[in-house]
Amino acid sequence: MASRLDLYIDKAMRSRVWRSVFRSGNGSSTLHRSLAIQQSLFLHILPTKVRRRMLGLDATWYLGTLTLGTFLVLVITGILLMFYYHPSVPQAYADMKDLRFVVSSGLFLRNLHRWSAHAMVLLAFAHMFRVFYRGAYRPPREFNWVIGVVLLLITLLLSYTGYLLPWDQLAFWAITVGSNISSAVPVVGAKVHFLMLGGNQVNANALLRFYVLHCVILPLAAILFVAVHFWRIRKDGGLYVKQSDPAVVQQASETPVPAEIPEPAGVPEMVMEKR
Amino acid sequence: MAEENKSRAAEPEKEISRRAFFSKVGLGSIGLAAAGTMSFAYQYMSPNVLYEPSPVVNAGKVDKYSVDSVTLDPVAAIYLIRVQEGFFALTAICTHLGCMTAWKPELGMIACPCHGSHFNREGQKLAGPAPKPLPWLRTWVSEDGDIMVDRSTVVPAMQFLRI
Repeated sequence: MASRLDLYIDKAMRSRVWRSVFRSGNGSSTLHRSLAIQQSLFLHILPTKVRRRMLGLDATWYLGTLTLGTFLVLVITGILLMFYYHPSVPQAYADMKDLRFVVSSGLFLRNLHRWSAHAMVLLAFAHMFRVFYRGAYRPPREFNWVIGVVLLLITLLLSYTGYLLPWDQLAFWAITVGSNISSAVPVVGAKVHFLMLGGNQVNANALLRFYVLHCVILPLAAILFVAVHFWRIRKDGGLYVKQSDPAVVQQASETPVPAEIPEPAGVPEMVMEKR
Repeated sequence: MAEENKSRAAEPEKEISRRAFFSKVGLGSIGLAAAGTMSFAYQYMSPNVLYEPSPVVNAGKVDKYSVDSVTLDPVAAIYLIRVQEGFFALTAICTHLGCMTAWKPELGMIACPCHGSHFNREGQKLAGPAPKPLPWLRTWVSEDGDIMVDRSTVVPAMQFLRI
């Protein structure tokens, strides 16, 4: 049964259609495996080779990956919430109430969005502390730290713009206070405040502007910077290795089908580099 | 190329190569286009018509207000205050971060719930983080005998509306 399935998979992978999509083919040499990563748009920002110990919990506590995970949850739940939310006054508040009390699973999705948002801010800070105390921000990774700071700002702005959308008293006064902080900027403060709110007070224009920022502009900016952030890990020579770490170094392979490749037991699918 | 170098050496100040000239023209036009785009974006993003409540508020007849009274209009976010000298209006918006303040008769003070700023009846700051006193707003009496307040016009303090 299994062998017949393997046969079909093998046949499919040799087909012209498969080869036109995955150009690298299905060989098991190091070159083929590297090409499988390099020639995919989605995988090429990842390193083709990873040190085995960097995949362990110790190295990163997976904080960056978890931050990305919460971001993905936020994108999915956010798109679902958009199906029921009108960014208008006073409909926005009623829609938020509907999501909580009327829409099937609306309460669950809204709370998932909210808690993931809190978790993302927390995880972004935790990730930065982890990077800082490991010293992983040092050359040649200093520019990736800067990109990380931009990502932190985008995260906080996403939090802030999302805060207005329920259009309740808490949202209104929080944005009133928060937007007034921008008025304190010398010379251009009042203009910035006016542009941000699209008026002099937190009103329909402000709600619509924050909605567009929250749902379109800031997520696109976040995706762009996340892509650069990941790609820089590859370009900066993989994750930072502490020289004092016990070097558990082995050579192995990265293919997701480890069966036919001779390698030590329990090795994950990514490649390890001698170090 | 050699000719160019020669002429450049002869007149280093005035002579400019064709390549450099076109580079400057190109960069200049890109800069101009960028500036135009910025200006366009700024103008587009600044609304020309605001659908906000009028800044002019009708506060009603004089008789409504007794002497030494402080009346908060929570919708218009203003205080109308009547003292011996006459009327004046203060904004109820805290000068710190824009929260709505409240008159505390038991303290004889205006207090902000957000960050604890306190003001006296004339709007002067008594305590808290507010950087400025509460501004006085322009007041006048309409033809119908109503007190009018213009929330968008600040007047110097101690300009009472004498009735």
